[in-house]
Amino acid sequence: MTGWADHLGKFAEGALNTVELTVFSAGLAAVVAVVVTTFRICPVRPLRAFGTAYVELFQNIPLAVWLVLFVFALPVIGLKFPLFPTAVLATGLYMASYYAETLRSGINGIGAGQAEAARALGLGFGQSLRCVILPQALRTIIQPLGNVTIQLLMNTALAAAVGVVELTEATNRVNLVLAEPLPLYIGAGVCYAALALIISSVAGLLDRKLVPR
Amino acid sequence: MTSVLFDVPGPRARRRTRIATVVAVLVGLVLFALAVRQFAINGELAAQRWTPYASWPMWRYLLGGLGGTALAAVLAVAIAMSIGLVAAFGRISRHLVLRAPSRAYVEVVRIIPLLLLIYFAMFALPRYGLDLPLLWKLVLPIAVSRGAQFAEIFRSGFRSLEAGQGEAAAALGMRPYQAMLHVVFPQAIRRVVPALISQGAGVLKDTSLGIVVSYAELLQSGKVLAGYNRLLIQTYLIIALLYFVINYALSRLARSIEARRHQTGGPAPVSSPPPARRGLGRNRSAAGTSDDAPRRARVRA
Repeated sequence: MTGWADHLGKFAEGALNTVELTVFSAGLAAVVAVVVTTFRICPVRPLRAFGTAYVELFQNIPLAVWLVLFVFALPVIGLKFPLFPTAVLATGLYMASYYAETLRSGINGIGAGQAEAARALGLGFGQSLRCVILPQALRTIIQPLGNVTIQLLMNTALAAAVGVVELTEATNRVNLVLAEPLPLYIGAGVCYAALALIISSVAGLLDRKLVPR
Repeated sequence: MTSVLFDVPGPRARRRTRIATVVAVLVGLVLFALAVRQFAINGELAAQRWTPYASWPMWRYLLGGLGGTALAAVLAVAIAMSIGLVAAFGRISRHLVLRAPSRAYVEVVRIIPLLLLIYFAMFALPRYGLDLPLLWKLVLPIAVSRGAQFAEIFRSGFRSLEAGQGEAAAALGMRPYQAMLHVVFPQAIRRVVPALISQGAGVLKDTSLGIVVSYAELLQSGKVLAGYNRLLIQTYLIIALLYFVINYALSRLARSIEARRHQTGGPAPVSSPPPARRGLGRNRSAAGTSDDAPRRARVRA
C-alpha cells in the first residue's frame, strides 16, 4: 500500500485533463452547434443541407472512429496538430451534432402560434427569434443540454483510446503500478460522478434562475 | 415552424437568398477543393493508394471485422435489453426493495464512462480471478452501461400508457403481473420500438471500442489493416463510411416507423426518456413530449 501519495498527483493530473477536455470540447461544441442550428433553420438551401449533413455525419459515425481518424489519419495528409487539441477538436465536433439536435428540438418544441403571434405583432425574423422563440426554446432545453454535457464528459474518456492521459487512462496507469484495481476504479468513478453532479447542478441552477414559474 | 418566422420573401429578400446561396456553394466548393488539394499534395490521391480497396481480400478482411461488430452488437443488445427490462420492472415495482436498487443502478451507470467499465473488465476483474474472453470484455461493459438506457426506455413506455389500461385490467380481475403481461407490456413495447432501434444503433457505435480491448470488430480490423498496408487515411475513411451507412440505415428505419405511426393516428411512440428526467437533479417535464422524441432518443452519444 506504499506509494499511494506519489500516485495521487498523477491521478489529479488525469482528472484535470478530463476537466480541460470537457470544458474546451463543450465550448467548441456549443459554438459549432449554434452555427449549425442557425444553418438548419435559415432560408438558404445549401446551408440547410450542410447543417443536416453535419448532424447526420457526426451522429452516425462513432466517436472512436472520429478520434482515430483525426489523430492517426489526418497527419497523413499534412494536418498535424498536438494530441490534446486534436482530441478536443474531435470530441467537440462530434458532440456539437448532439447539441445542435437538442437546440433544434427546443426550437421545434415551441408552438407555431408563438411565432405567428410574433409575426402578427410585426416583429421581424431576428426579433421574433430573439425576443419570442429563443427565450422559450432555451428554457425547455437547459436540462437536456446539461445531460448532453454529461454525455460529453463520459465521452472524453474515449480520448484515452488515442493516448490522451485523462482520468480513465491515469487510473489505468496507476493501477498498473499499484495493482489495486478496486479502490482505484471506484475512486475514478466517484470523480466522474462528482463532475457529472457539478454539471447537472449548474444546469439545475440555470434552470431555476432562468425559468420563471 | 421555421417558415412562420419570416414573410414570404419579396423580390429583395429572394435576391439576397439567391446571393447567399451562391456564396455558400462557392465557399463549399473552395473548402472541398482545399481538402482535395491537401490529399493530392501528400500523394494520397494516387490510384495505387486506393485500388487495393477494389480488391476482394481487403474487403473480406473488413467484412470479417463487420461480422465481429455485428456479433458484439447483437450480444450486447440482447443482454442490455434483458438487464433493462428487469431494471424497468424494478423501477415501477410497488416494493421499495426492488425499486431502490433499480434506481441506483440506472443513476450510477449513467455517470460512469463506458471506457472505465471496459478497463475495469480488462484490468481489474482478472486480478480478482475473472479473466473473460476478449469478446465478453467488450460486450459485458457495453451491456451494463446501455442496460440503464434500455431500462429508461422501457419505463417510459410503461408510463406512457394511460392509467385506464391498468385499471381496466384490474377491474377485469387480473392480478398485477397478469395485467402487465397481457395488457400493459404488449402495448408499451410497441410504442418504444423506434427508441429501441436508436439505442441499438448506439450499441453498435459503442462496439467500436473493440479497438481498446483488441477484439476484432470493424475499427480494430481497420487498425490492423492500416498497420499492415500503410493506407491509413483510406482505410479509416472506408471504416467511417461503413459505420455511417449502417447507422444511417438504422436511424432512418427508426424514423420511418415513427412517422408511420404518426400517420396512422396510433398512439405516439415514446422516445427514450426525455433527458430532463434522467437527471441527477430534479425531474421536470414527464415523457409526454413526443414531437421532438425521435431526435432526443438519439441523444446518447
